[in-house]
Amino acid sequence: MILFQILTALGTASSLFLVAAGLTVIFGVTRVVNFAHGSLYMLGAYVGWVVLSHLPQTIFGFTLGCLVTAAIIGVLGVLIEICILRRLYRVPELYQLLATFGVVLIAGNVVQLLWGTRVVTLPRAAWMQATISVSGHPFPVYSVVMMVVGPLVLLALWLLFSRTRWGALVRAATEDREMVGALGIRQNILFTTVFGLGAALAGLSGALSLPQVAATSQMALSAVSDAFVIVVIGGLGSVTGAFLASVLIAVLQTFGAIIIPQYVMVAVFSVMAVVLVLRPNGLLGRAGKGGRAMGDLPKLVEGATKLVIGLGVIAFIAAALVPAFDTGYVLSIMQDALIAMLFAASLHFVMGPGGMPSFGHAAWFGIGAYGAALSASSWNLPMSESIVFGVVTASILAALVGSFMIRLSGIYLAMLTFAFAQVIWALATQMTGFTGGDNGILNLWPDGVFASPTAFYALVLALCAGGVLVLRRVLFSPFGFALRATRDASARAAASGIPVGPVRHVAFTISGGFAALSGGLFAFAKGSVFPTYINVSHSIDALIIVLLGGIQTMAAPVVGALVYTGLRDYLQAATTIWPMLLGIAIIVIVSLFPQGIGGAAEHWWARLGSRAKSKGG
Amino acid sequence: MGFTRRHLMAASAASLAVPYVARAASRDPILIGEVNSYAAFPTFTMPYRNAMVMAVEEINSKGGVSGRPLKLITKDDGANPQDAIRAATELVRSDRVNVLAGGFLSNVGLALSSFAKHSNTLYVASEALANELTWQDGNANTFRLTPSIYMLVAMMIDDAAKLPATKWATVAPNYSYGTSAVKTFQKLLKAKRPDVTFVAEQWPTLDQINASATVAALAAAEPDGIFNATFASDLVAFVRQGNTTGLFKNRSVVSLLTGEPEYLDSLGSDTPDGWIVTGYPSAAYTAPGNEAFVTMYKNHFKDDPDWGAVIGYTLIHSIAAGVGRSKGLSLAELEQGFAGVTFPTPFGQCQYRAIDHQSTLGAFVGKLAKKGGKGTMVDFRYVDGASVLPPDSVVEKLRPKS
Repeated sequence: MILFQILTALGTASSLFLVAAGLTVIFGVTRVVNFAHGSLYMLGAYVGWVVLSHLPQTIFGFTLGCLVTAAIIGVLGVLIEICILRRLYRVPELYQLLATFGVVLIAGNVVQLLWGTRVVTLPRAAWMQATISVSGHPFPVYSVVMMVVGPLVLLALWLLFSRTRWGALVRAATEDREMVGALGIRQNILFTTVFGLGAALAGLSGALSLPQVAATSQMALSAVSDAFVIVVIGGLGSVTGAFLASVLIAVLQTFGAIIIPQYVMVAVFSVMAVVLVLRPNGLLGRAGKGGRAMGDLPKLVEGATKLVIGLGVIAFIAAALVPAFDTGYVLSIMQDALIAMLFAASLHFVMGPGGMPSFGHAAWFGIGAYGAALSASSWNLPMSESIVFGVVTASILAALVGSFMIRLSGIYLAMLTFAFAQVIWALATQMTGFTGGDNGILNLWPDGVFASPTAFYALVLALCAGGVLVLRRVLFSPFGFALRATRDASARAAASGIPVGPVRHVAFTISGGFAALSGGLFAFAKGSVFPTYINVSHSIDALIIVLLGGIQTMAAPVVGALVYTGLRDYLQAATTIWPMLLGIAIIVIVSLFPQGIGGAAEHWWARLGSRAKSKGG
Repeated sequence: MGFTRRHLMAASAASLAVPYVARAASRDPILIGEVNSYAAFPTFTMPYRNAMVMAVEEINSKGGVSGRPLKLITKDDGANPQDAIRAATELVRSDRVNVLAGGFLSNVGLALSSFAKHSNTLYVASEALANELTWQDGNANTFRLTPSIYMLVAMMIDDAAKLPATKWATVAPNYSYGTSAVKTFQKLLKAKRPDVTFVAEQWPTLDQINASATVAALAAAEPDGIFNATFASDLVAFVRQGNTTGLFKNRSVVSLLTGEPEYLDSLGSDTPDGWIVTGYPSAAYTAPGNEAFVTMYKNHFKDDPDWGAVIGYTLIHSIAAGVGRSKGLSLAELEQGFAGVTFPTPFGQCQYRAIDHQSTLGAFVGKLAKKGGKGTMVDFRYVDGASVLPPDSVVEKLRPKS
């Protein structure tokens, strides 16, 4: 029976590897975190379904169909690279992630429109249902096929990268882009072909999955999150590492299903966190040089101009006057926007000036919300005290976890925060007796003097505007400058006596505390707490807000929160194709304003100023 | 897609036209604000909305409710409770709806129920299955149409208890719906059959099942019976792997929701024979009420109705009946009107029970079979929801005292 389980695990490992391979290839060369990889996999499944339905159900027909599908998705990848990503290589790499997230939204919606709303299944030919006997149990032939295809793809990729001229150029470009460019090689073509290859692999794996699973419009997100886990464990850019990681995860899933069926997911993310703590670059990853083409170093942010201060004061007065006109829906929308603003500001604090990107910031939001909800419901604490309890709990946890986090940087740090958030999410979902599971904790409405909507709104306005200002003030304090020094030149910062680790650690803790404050307020604004507050999409929301606002702009969270929440609420209320429109809007904004909206505004303002000066002179 | 903006316009046009005919005391429409996962779970929600629009047209063409037309406003909940509450806030505070309705996900249903209580609004949950909605977390403002997880499991339990199987394994998605279904099944089966044991539990992640691992683990436990609560894409992957490796051979399987057309359609030629399931046989059920409903739906949307369509259609009729029985539109009056009201369904009259505000709408229990490469339900029977609910003394203890 053990042999049977091992073979099962190996079959699963191959499927996992095929999805992850394309992602790691793309990242290794272009440094693009392709969030749309899962969507390409999904499109591979749907396109594969169409193609395979028109071909004979033989092994030959199936192979041909899978290759055709891979080619189609490869071409699609090329188009995405040329039309969207090529414009974005010069901007901070997170903006490319944002653009690919736009593609995710569009792809999901397009699939729904084209293929309708039901799951799509490929009828299985007899050979797909055949079995062989393994220690007396029937074992699917198709799993054996997958077991062979995985290593074959690994071999093919290895040959391609190590034995062809194209592969040599790609490896050279990975090492040093500028040098390859200086030698007269057109990087654009290299990047486009690599992206096409990665997309083709996603398409291939999508088509190959059809005999085993159904195609659904929801498969994209789970595929990409699985692939991220594997790519990060294996080491970004390492194909062999991805293969090893796939085997590790598959073994964990297969044997975990027998030993700890209810905690398999927690185990997977815990293993990822442990790997990252012990080997910050993954199993086979090499230390990143941090040498990304970012252009100039971000300029030292200066204090707000009188204009910005004026606009801020006007906005605050306008926000304060809202209750005079409407105590219903507008008030609640404003409340949501204010809370989103504080949440985003806390992320901006670590990510922008702190240089520590987080894909799991919702963890702190969630801990704040659950801390408040649990203390309110089990100890009957009044609202204000329970929110404080949530903030304190989150700060302590952030201080503890932070010591592991701050040792990493860039995408690895982002993925460790992601793993941590997933563990917290899984615990919130699964510790039903404690957290109420998915059904959440209900009936937490503001009490005492804050019971009226207006009073609670005043509290939210005060704490959120106040919180944003405090965070801003900290960034202009000596501590804030020290933090920015650790981001821009950590060696020099250390040499000039700045304790780099502790500074980053404190920043991480402060950020967690403020995120928890926004979470606590949100719990009482919505009257309930659910694991959805912690899930990936909530972390992504905050990320989008900061990036849209402009990561190097102090006003980013405020501008971004208003634009993003406003846009989404409007579209969601107006149409059912809101995901597609939102995706298009994100891509357009990123393409037009690669520094974020705030960054673009600053830029224009500066140009306007210099033009006025030159005219005057 | 059956639903278009034109249908909505037609519905509102009808609702505008009717009052001139009816000339009732007030011509203002009765507003129903509905919140659901339209973008995320269209498989269920599109036929559901189609059927709601159809029911609104039907009622308005017959003069509305107490002379007033119905008007339906639907909002997307983004498949999460926080967006659902935002949508509900808009409906209640800005659109000033008279009745709040909707909810496919259990957590959305629970969030809306809590919001309804806070904002003094009446809420009718449509498809949220959590037992807690009308029991442990029940409140006076909340009514629920669909049979709960407990009721669905209880409908199948006699059939399960008659099976020879004594060693059972369970497989369910790892979230509240799944845990609640498994717990209920284990408890009810143990009560009928003290000799059964449960030898394995599998908890795949929702929408991310690793079917080979799950099936291998179940096979390793060598059960005689399997209780399944997975659905949608997880179900397809599970059934395919199980069929291939012979997991279901010589084993009895009892499976929740699998007979609903929404899920059964996706199994196609993989549909396993003989599983005992809950669901809805759609056009195959030829009782007059259902036949009329199927014909009407087909005339409108050129398709057989799914379970979602039954729920959408019945939801509107139940709200019409509840409002019609109320003296006015204040919360207290609506609550009185809804508690104990009977309303028409394709399967006969049902009722919102006064004791826990759960409707007595039932579901079908039958066996799976393959016909022409497609899955169907055979040997099915309609089980009245009232017949599987626990005695009042038990229900009273479950509801919070307030």
